[in-house]
Amino acid sequence: MTFELFVFYLFSAIMIFSAARVITVRNPVHAAMFLVLTFFTCAAIWLLLEAEFLAITLVLVYVGAVMVLFLFVVMMLDVNVAPLREGFVKYLPVGILVGVVMLVEMVFLITQRYFKAEQFPIPERGTAEAMSNTEMLGRLLYSEYLFQFEIAAIILLVAIVAAIALTMRRRPETKYQTPSQQVEVRKQDRLRVVQMPSEKRT
Amino acid sequence: MDALILTITTLFKIVLVLVPLILCVAYLTLAERKVIGSMQVRVGPNRVGFKGLGQPFADVFKLLFKEVIVPTSASRFLFLTAPILSLAPALAAWAVIPFADGWQLADVNAGLLYVLAMTSVGVYGVIIAGWASNSKYAFLGAMRSAAQIVAYEIAMGFALIGVLMMAGSLNLGDIVRAQSGGFFNWYLFPLFPLAIVYFISGVAETNRAPFDVAEGESEIVAGFHVDYSGMAFALFFLAEYANMIMIAALTAVMFLGGWMSPIDGFGDGIHWFLIKTAAMLFVFLWLRATFPRYRYDQIMRLGWKVFIPVTIVWIAVVGFAIYFEVGPWFSTVRGTVA
Repeated sequence: MTFELFVFYLFSAIMIFSAARVITVRNPVHAAMFLVLTFFTCAAIWLLLEAEFLAITLVLVYVGAVMVLFLFVVMMLDVNVAPLREGFVKYLPVGILVGVVMLVEMVFLITQRYFKAEQFPIPERGTAEAMSNTEMLGRLLYSEYLFQFEIAAIILLVAIVAAIALTMRRRPETKYQTPSQQVEVRKQDRLRVVQMPSEKRT
Repeated sequence: MDALILTITTLFKIVLVLVPLILCVAYLTLAERKVIGSMQVRVGPNRVGFKGLGQPFADVFKLLFKEVIVPTSASRFLFLTAPILSLAPALAAWAVIPFADGWQLADVNAGLLYVLAMTSVGVYGVIIAGWASNSKYAFLGAMRSAAQIVAYEIAMGFALIGVLMMAGSLNLGDIVRAQSGGFFNWYLFPLFPLAIVYFISGVAETNRAPFDVAEGESEIVAGFHVDYSGMAFALFFLAEYANMIMIAALTAVMFLGGWMSPIDGFGDGIHWFLIKTAAMLFVFLWLRATFPRYRYDQIMRLGWKVFIPVTIVWIAVVGFAIYFEVGPWFSTVRGTVA
């Protein structure tokens, strides 16, 4: 067994373990942290594939931003575990159905003729002089797949606008500051110096 | 056998980077107290050793001998891992920093992305510490820190996009090499707004004054590390100062020409990198002594409503300037990008 294979199995084992813990652990914050660990090990496996751009982006976007917001919400909600476990038997058939469908899909993907692992050539090892993974992706995205890339960008933009429109509420009772007005205030607008003669103490 | 030798040399190199870094952290704490002291017309620590030079060691030994107390209702495992979660990314990011031409632990092609990823992972230490302590003050600190870091990370990333447009590379060594030829070619000038945004976002990202609402002594006692004591507490400070040095070093690499001398070909080397980093660190301390702490909503306003629009506009400006080959800085960019 080469060192690389050893590293692959090590990270895979950690990943499967932590992915399983995400759904078995009781505390939602612990579950979120296990999900972070899953992302990390997944990024490590992608690094073994020499897909450094995807690996680092996974850590940057999912671990660095998405999971932080996730944790933010999970910590703020005081999730009570007991009521969540009540419906376990009731929802079990639905869960099993979804699980079976996903399993069948995966088996279909891996074993069928067109998607068999043997159908794809083993990717060539990049040499140090070859183009970096990031540059390659960039070139493809901005030339061949430009249209798809733009569509994805538009969808994201719509999602941003929708999210803001859904969550923004104008509350008339809230007092806002307008910093530009505050900065514009001059001394003569607010301050009046009153001249008056001093008075004798009575 | 080759693998063994490689492992040993790499470990040796890591020690060679980390030991001076930790010494720098130790003396940065002393420098901070001395600099702020003299800015406030005080003497600063001067009792331990010659002129107070032994002070950092006295602090470290004091903290080492103190007991690490775990609150009864704390989530024990996460409580103890949180300091490590904040220290590890702060140290790991140093792997790609180029100290001089070819002097870096890992010459990674996606170095810039790696640094961004590592700085964004650092927030977990703070969040987990705040949650695991099971205390309201610590939790408030963690929430503030999470929102603040997510906000400023975007501005920081956008500021770096300008740099990589100019350099045409994500490799930190290549970014420095693209700035060769005297101080006039440093990215500080063509990317001036981005450099300012980057540095200020860096201050916010490291939770330093005036953005230190995560600690906010006057409102929430000490924020996320209220319940920490002894070495666990010291690790948070180690991480904070290591991050500070890293933001200063990154500013030096990306906007101030890294190891390049200000005058073309005049003694390039690690000393210029160190001088520039030290200068940026001084600005960190200077900011702390000068500005009062931002109010929380003002921090959010600055991040979302000022910095992000500024960076987006300047990225567009840089894009057009590169396309139309404008002026002294942008005319050569298109030729160099392969």
